[in-house]
Amino acid sequence: MDIDIFRSETRAWLEANCPADMRTPMGEDDICWGGRKFEFRSPAQKQWLEVMAAKGWTVPAWPKAYGGGGLSGDEQKVLTEEMQRINARPPLQSFGIWMLGPALLQFGTEEQKRHYLPQIARGEIRWCQGYSEPGAGSDLAGLQTKGVDTGDHFEVTGQKIWTSYADKADWIFCLVRTEPDEKKHTGISFLLFDMESAGVSTKPIKLISGASPFCETFFDAVKVPKDQIVGARGQGWTIAKYLLTHEREMIGAADSALFAKSDLAEDAVSAIGLDDTGRLDDPMLRAEMGQFLVDEICFDAHLDMTGTYMRAGHELGARSAELKYLGTELNKRRQSLRVAAGGSDDLVWEGAANDGGQAAKDWLRSKANTIEGGTSEVMLSILSKAVLKLPG
Amino acid sequence: MCMELLSEDQQLIADSAAGFLRDGHGIAAFRALKEAGDDANSAILPELAEMGWMGIVIPEALGGLGLGYRAAGLIAEELGRNLTVSPFVSSAILAGTALASAGGEMAQNWARKIAIGDAVVTQAMDEAAKHRPERITTTVSAAAGALTLSGRKTFVVDGGIADRLIVTAKRGDDLCLVLVDPQAAGVKRASQVMLDHRNAGTVIFEEVPIAEADILAQGRAAEDVLAKTLSAGRAIAAAEQLGIAKAAAEQTYEYLRTRKQFGVLIGQFQALQHRAADLYCELAQVSSLIAAALNALDEDNAEVETLTRAAKAKMARVGRQATEEGVQMHGGIGMTDEMDLGLFMKRDRALTEFLGDAGYHTEWVLRQRGI
Ligand SMILES: Cc1cc2nc3c(=O)[nH]c(=O)nc-3n(C[C@H](O)[C@H](O)[C@H](O)COP(=O)(O)OP(=O)(O)OC[C@H]3O[C@@H](n4cnc5c(N)ncnc54)[C@H](O)[C@@H]3O)c2cc1C
Ligand SMILES: Cc1cc2nc3c(=O)[nH]c(=O)nc-3n(C[C@H](O)[C@H](O)[C@H](O)COP(=O)(O)OP(=O)(O)OC[C@H]3O[C@@H](n4cnc5c(N)ncnc54)[C@H](O)[C@@H]3O)c2cc1C
Repeated sequence: MDIDIFRSETRAWLEANCPADMRTPMGEDDICWGGRKFEFRSPAQKQWLEVMAAKGWTVPAWPKAYGGGGLSGDEQKVLTEEMQRINARPPLQSFGIWMLGPALLQFGTEEQKRHYLPQIARGEIRWCQGYSEPGAGSDLAGLQTKGVDTGDHFEVTGQKIWTSYADKADWIFCLVRTEPDEKKHTGISFLLFDMESAGVSTKPIKLISGASPFCETFFDAVKVPKDQIVGARGQGWTIAKYLLTHEREMIGAADSALFAKSDLAEDAVSAIGLDDTGRLDDPMLRAEMGQFLVDEICFDAHLDMTGTYMRAGHELGARSAELKYLGTELNKRRQSLRVAAGGSDDLVWEGAANDGGQAAKDWLRSKANTIEGGTSEVMLSILSKAVLKLPG
Repeated sequence: MCMELLSEDQQLIADSAAGFLRDGHGIAAFRALKEAGDDANSAILPELAEMGWMGIVIPEALGGLGLGYRAAGLIAEELGRNLTVSPFVSSAILAGTALASAGGEMAQNWARKIAIGDAVVTQAMDEAAKHRPERITTTVSAAAGALTLSGRKTFVVDGGIADRLIVTAKRGDDLCLVLVDPQAAGVKRASQVMLDHRNAGTVIFEEVPIAEADILAQGRAAEDVLAKTLSAGRAIAAAEQLGIAKAAAEQTYEYLRTRKQFGVLIGQFQALQHRAADLYCELAQVSSLIAAALNALDEDNAEVETLTRAAKAKMARVGRQATEEGVQMHGGIGMTDEMDLGLFMKRDRALTEFLGDAGYHTEWVLRQRGI
C-alpha cells in the first residue's frame, strides 16, 4: 500500500479509536500488562487494548496469522509516529511481546506459534521469565533447576530468583537442565508452563525502591507436558540467548520509549534557580548536566538509527549488548542528576508531597538497569568477544 | 559499526573514497609530506576536483556535484582515517557552503572555481586562542568614501595557500562576510606548522581597501550564512575526527589480539577488554549522531544546530578517548613516532579546537535548555 495512504488512514483510525484518556502521559502504574489477573485501571484502558488487538497493532510487526498487524518496516514507523503525534499510550506491554514472542517466531513449531502468539497479542496471558537462580546469575548457563523426563512429561524441580512479576504472571518461560550428562551449555531446555500448575510457588522480594516487583520462584515436581518444550532438548541455551538479545534491546531503549521524560533542565531551574548570567546556580551540577544532555542527544540519535536498521529486517544480535549498556548507564546518570537537582525535596519518601517520592524511587530503581537482563560488565565482555573478537 | 543504512550513491562515495585515499594518500603519504615539510598538500587539489569532491556540497548549477553533506561526511571520515592533508574542509565545505548560500554573482563565481579546483578559499573568523566566532573586533569602516578592513585573525586553516579569504567583520552593529584577496595591500599572512603537521596561520588586515561588492553578505543575511557554514564545518570536522578515532581504535583492537605479555595475549585481560568495548560503544553512538547531524543539514531541518553542535561536542570526547586509550593500551610503543597513534592523537587534538571544543558547544546546549 502506498505509505501516504497508510498514514492518512492510520491517522484517521487512531483519531476515531484512541480514547482521550489514553492520550496522556503515563507512569509505571499506568502500564497495561494484560493477563488473567490484570485489573484495568479504567474502561478506556480496556477499550484501547481491545481495539488495538483487533487490528493486530499491539504487535504490529508480527504476521497476521499469529495476531499481529503484518506491517512492513515503513508502516511500523508510520504507526509509531502517528501514535506519538497524539501521545497515544502503548496499548499493551509485556514480556510476551518483547521476549517470548520473538523467540517463538524464530524457534517455535507452527502449533506453538498459533497457540501462544495470539494470546500474547490480545493480552490474555501474561508471561514471566525463569532464567536466574541463586547460583546462576551472570553465569546463567550454570543453572541447576532440573527437568526429569518421566515419559509423558518433564518433572521440574528447583528454584529461580529475581523472577519479575512471577506473582502476577500466568505462565513462565523457563530454563531447565534436562540433560545432566551433557556439558553446561548443551544440557539446557526451554520450557513453557502454567504458573498455576501444582508445585509452583512464589515469594515476593522487596527492592530498595520499596516496590516488590520480583519473586523467588519454587518448583516442586511440577509436571510439564512434553509438547511445551520450545526447540529441541538441549537447545535451550541457543533460544535463551536469542531471547536475551531482544530483552536487551528493550531495556536499552526502555527509558526513552516507555515513560515521558521529566524535563531535567526545568526541574533544576525550579529547584536551584539561575545566577546573574542566566546560568544554573550550581556550576558543578550544570557542567555534569551539560555532558549528560549531549550524551542524551547522542543516544537518541543512535536509537533512532538503530530502529530504522531493525525495521529494515536486521537483527542486532550481540550488538543488543551495546544498546543495553549505553541506554542503562545513561539512565542511571539521568536519575542521579534528577535527584541531585531536586535536593532535599527529592528525599521525600512517603505521603502526598512531591508525588509520593517518585524521584527517589525512580533513582533507586534505575540502579537495577545495569544489572537486569545481564550486567554492564557482562555486556562489555560479550562485545569484546563477539564483536571485537578479542581473545579469551 | 554505524547502524546507518546508506543509499546506493552514498555507499559508492564511501567505497571510492576509501579506495582512492588508501591507495595514494594514506598515512605513508602523510609521513612523506611531513618529512618534506609540506603542510598544505596543494598537489592533491586537481585529483579531488577531478572526482568532484571539491564541489560535493556545491549545487550542480554552480558546477558542483550537489550530493550534500552526508556524502561529504563519508569522504571526511576517510580523510581522517588516512590522515590525508587537503583543503577539503576549508575550501570545499566551509567556503563552498558560505559562497553557495550567500548568493550573488561574485560568490557564485568563486564557488564554481572551488568546485573545479581552480581556487582555494578559506575562512578567517577566530580572533583568539579559543573559537568564539561571535566575538569580533575586526571592522569594516568607511573613511573618505572608501571602505577598509582592519583586524587580526588566527587559526586560519589553509590561509597560506588560499586565493581568497572569507573574513568575518563588524560594520557598525552588523555582521559582514568579506571576500578578501590575501595578496591585497595591507594583508599580512604568517602561516605556522601546527602539531598536526598542517598549516594554519595568523592574518593581519591593516586598513585593507575593499569594495562594497566584496561584502558577500551583511546583517541578518550574513548571520544566516555564517550559521549554516559553521554547522556544516562542525559536522564535517566531526566526521573527519570520527575517521581518526575509528582508525586508532581498530589499530588498538588489533594490537590487543597480537601482543603477548605474561605468556598470554593482552586482549585476554578483562581490564583492557572492557575499556575496548566501552570505546566501541561510544564510537557506535557518536557515528549515529554525526550521521544524523549531516542528514539534518541535507534536510535543512530545525534540528541542524542542536545536532551539529552536539556531534562536535561528543566527538571531542570520544576522539580523545580513542586516541588516549590507543596509546595507553599499546604501552611504550604507543609513544613512538613509528606508530600511527601519535599522529592520530595530534590531528584529533587540532580538530577538537577547530570550530569549537566540547565545552563551547555543550555550553550552547545548556543555554538552549534554559540553564
Ligand atoms: C530488577 C531486576 C529484575 C530482574 N528480573 C529478572 C527476571 O524476570 N527473570 C530472571 O531470570 N532474572 C531477572 N533478574 C536477574 C538478573 O538477570 C541478574 O541479577 C543478573 O543477570 C546478574 O546476576 P546476579 O544478580 O546473580 O549477579 P552476579 O552474576 O553474581 O554478579 C555480581 C557482580 O559480578 C559481576 N560479574 C559477574 N560475572 C562477571 C564476569 N565474568 N566478569 C566481570 N564481572 C562479572 C557482575 O557484573 C556484578 O557486578 C532481574 C534482576 C533485577 C535487578
Ligand atoms: C617515555 C618512556 C621512557 C621509558 N624509559 C625506560 C627506561 O629508561 N628503562 C626501561 O627499562 N624501560 C623504560 N620504559 C619502558 C616502560 O617501563 C614500559 O613501556 C612499560 O613497563 C610497559 O611495558 P610495554 O611497553 O612493553 O607495554 P606492555 O606490557 O606490552 O603493555 C601493553 C598494554 O597492556 C597492558 N597490560 C599488560 N599486562 C597487563 C595485565 N596483566 N593486566 C592488564 N593490562 C595489562 C598495559 O597496561 C598496557 O596498557 C620507558 C617507557 C616510556 C614510554
